[in-house]
Amino acid sequence: MADQTHVQTPRRSINWGAIGDHTVLILGSLFMLVPLIMVVLTTTVPDVDIIKYGPQLKIGDQFDDNFEKAMFEASGFSGANTGMRMLFNSFVLGIGFALGKILIAMMAAYAIVYFRLRFATLAFWVIFTTLLLPLEVRILPSYEVVQQLGMLNTYQGLIIPLIASATATFFFRQFFRSVPEELVEAARIDGAGPVKFFIDILVPLSKTMIAAMFIIMFVFGWNQYLWPTMITTEEDMYTLVRGIKQITQTLEGTNVPEFGRANLLAVIAILPPVAVVIFFQSWFVKGLTESDK
Amino acid sequence: MKRAGFSTKWMPIMLLMPQLVIIAIFFYWPAWHAIQSSFYLQDPFGFGSTFVGLENYTDLLGNSEYRRVALFTLVFTVLVTFFSLAIALLLAVKADNVLRGARTYRTLLMWVYAVAPPVAGFIGLIMFDQSWGPLTRLAGFFGWDFVLGVNFNDTAAAMVLVSVWKQIPVNFIFFLSGLQSIPRSVREAALIDNGSATGRFWDVTFPLLAPTGFFLLIINITYALFDTFGIVDTLVKGEPGNNPMTLVYKVYVDGFRGNDLGGSSAQSVILMVLVLALTVFQFRLIDRRIHYT
Amino acid sequence: MAQVTLNSVRKVYPNGVEAVTSSSFKIEDGEFVVLVGPSGCGKSTLLRMIAGLEDITEGTLEIGDRVVNNVDPADRDIAMVFQNYALYPHMTVRKNIAYGLKNRKTPADEIERKVAEAAKMLNLEEYLERKPSQLSGGQRQRVAMGRAIVRDPALFLFDEPLSNLDAKLRNQMRIEIKALQRRLGVTSIYVTHDQVEAMTMADRIIVLNGGRIEQIGTPSEIYHNPASVFVASFMGAPPMNLIDATITGGQVTLADGVAMGALQTSAQGAVKLGIRPEDVQLVSEGGVSINVELIEELGAHRLLHGKLGGQPFTIHVLKDIPVDPGAHQISVDPAAICLFDAASGMRL
Repeated sequence: MADQTHVQTPRRSINWGAIGDHTVLILGSLFMLVPLIMVVLTTTVPDVDIIKYGPQLKIGDQFDDNFEKAMFEASGFSGANTGMRMLFNSFVLGIGFALGKILIAMMAAYAIVYFRLRFATLAFWVIFTTLLLPLEVRILPSYEVVQQLGMLNTYQGLIIPLIASATATFFFRQFFRSVPEELVEAARIDGAGPVKFFIDILVPLSKTMIAAMFIIMFVFGWNQYLWPTMITTEEDMYTLVRGIKQITQTLEGTNVPEFGRANLLAVIAILPPVAVVIFFQSWFVKGLTESDK
Repeated sequence: MKRAGFSTKWMPIMLLMPQLVIIAIFFYWPAWHAIQSSFYLQDPFGFGSTFVGLENYTDLLGNSEYRRVALFTLVFTVLVTFFSLAIALLLAVKADNVLRGARTYRTLLMWVYAVAPPVAGFIGLIMFDQSWGPLTRLAGFFGWDFVLGVNFNDTAAAMVLVSVWKQIPVNFIFFLSGLQSIPRSVREAALIDNGSATGRFWDVTFPLLAPTGFFLLIINITYALFDTFGIVDTLVKGEPGNNPMTLVYKVYVDGFRGNDLGGSSAQSVILMVLVLALTVFQFRLIDRRIHYT
Repeated sequence: MAQVTLNSVRKVYPNGVEAVTSSSFKIEDGEFVVLVGPSGCGKSTLLRMIAGLEDITEGTLEIGDRVVNNVDPADRDIAMVFQNYALYPHMTVRKNIAYGLKNRKTPADEIERKVAEAAKMLNLEEYLERKPSQLSGGQRQRVAMGRAIVRDPALFLFDEPLSNLDAKLRNQMRIEIKALQRRLGVTSIYVTHDQVEAMTMADRIIVLNGGRIEQIGTPSEIYHNPASVFVASFMGAPPMNLIDATITGGQVTLADGVAMGALQTSAQGAVKLGIRPEDVQLVSEGGVSINVELIEELGAHRLLHGKLGGQPFTIHVLKDIPVDPGAHQISVDPAAICLFDAASGMRL
């Protein structure tokens, strides 16, 4: 017995458990990754090749050509929905939505947490109830409201109704409540009023939280589909994600559908939010997992 | 509220105003409008409406197509929730185990979070292309004649697969963060008390993850009900026909395309009640979640 | 410089809980007063009312000659040191100390000078450009002190400032704070639950219990003449022995019939005897019998734990006196015995 244990030094033994773990993880990663890789590769080969062979694991030479078509050629009737235009609109929606939401949410959360307000609880519940009903279930009447306000095909019509939900308000309320009580007391004794406290202390303290919220809201805004589909009917207002529908429709019917162009637009629609999520991963994960507690 | 909140009267009102105004105009009004018009029958040519009481609701519940869609939504929700949770849990447990490459795996497994649902649907279209889609070919290899957009079951399978693919990252992030928040001392105690890794998982890790799991269950049901709109819309290429669709998609089709405002509103209200029930349920669980930790 | 006067100050929370019952006292200019009591006794509420962080339900509060009930905390000319220091985590030590001055529109060169002066006084000069997260507990404590002293306030308020420090640092900071207060001569109110801090730092102690003032007095008065059973048991470590007894015509009998001898008192019936452990002497014969069950060795002295009249009893003996567990005889100087009413717990 003693000899046997002596021979089996831990260094030599193969850790089957770890190999199993890695196998599962690699398979999982491939499952997530391969579809995108295939789509990316199709943007580099001639459209005819795709029809003949389908997506291949090879890199072709058509990327520049497809890029040119995707970004600067329009496919619609008015000629306004070039890739550049849609990319711009997507950024306006993503950034405008994120900034607007954070600003309004921080203000409201500040009022609810840091002021002696008789109807603070009422205000909280009025705001909070919006968490209950996603935009999707009240989409038609919301559309009518925007229509009546004459905000169809405008950026404000696109952005403001999306802000009417309390996710970020709730998140900042939770965060503000976790800020030590004594900080506002010390600041008051130090002679800081509500505005000073907010700007000098609370906003700098919330920097990470603001960043995390920005990432989540940017991705959320960028990825909006149903709402832009209804609100924007003019092609120069299309976002990339909204444009996907039109892109898929152009694949129908034609003899040689422009797969390269369409797929490249899809990749461009994916790229900015994915890049943000990957580069600011730790903030994003923190924001996501803490916002819903 | 903080103990020593500011007592300025006008400032909190100013701070809350933007949020409250936006919510009133773009949330409460449309939501109220949806409830209201669910009791009316809209003239198809826009000439006024008639009060019909609960007729829209009774019509719906008696409608076999609506029941078919409801049944599909139920099956779809169960499948998407189960598979995305189960796969994500497996991957999270493995990712929590490995020492090397943990960060890389995390990145590879979570980036799909940032992909917009319709773009995910678009990738699905490419994968399941009738003539050359890699997954269509794979299915064909096993003798499965996969016809996306024509065969009900095939289309449904593609919807489930794409929806699961899109949802794994969120679940993975939450499960991993849940696993990582299990105190080291608890893991070490379990290591001493139970020699079997599987036993440890089911006896210690799994119960400690239960709060995260409950929470994700609600999130996933909500996702399957509402956020999959873009996936469904892209996969059926905007042509519902005899294809499977979810309840939310039907609200859109009936209301926006079919101009059946009353019926569509009644569907919205039914969905509102559903979400409301889910949220109440979720808050019961969040209450418990606080006791857990 | 200021004295602080409370006239029938009372605090009732909106939910009806009375946190502080009507309390009146006056703190003299330059005095160091400690509010002490168990958690929930209202000491923090009292301090926060003085700071202006909590509304006063009834009564008036004067700082200096001014009634300040409705004055904003910033305008009360006070400075406060918090239990968790409440340093602004995103500001450097310098900015933390200067923030209050900046908000009062103090000229930049004067801020500079005052911060330098405070940093010197508190040995913080090398840390001025650091963030609070890069400091040790004791250093953070000093920054909090610095923030208070640069303002030259009329009144210092301390809310359990040492309770987040380890025991050794606590002793050191206790001395530093006391010395600083002596030097600056600023009226100070200090809240703590630690009776050692109260005894060692205070000019006068205010003992609170259940929102009520139990006793106000110098540390020595509080220790030797506790006004109630509560004060007797709260102040002093080990606490005063409190045993049930009956007095009939000056004769003291313990609960189980043991006679303790005679006392010069007019009290009759059921009482509680309060005896400080150090007022008990071991005698070879003629005393009351006690069985010592356990000995705590504390170096300079020992604590003998036993039972007297069936109730726990502690004796403090100096290190030179050898003692073994077992039966011993004790005697108590009758003058050192405090008598409390058995029912009300008040001093007789």
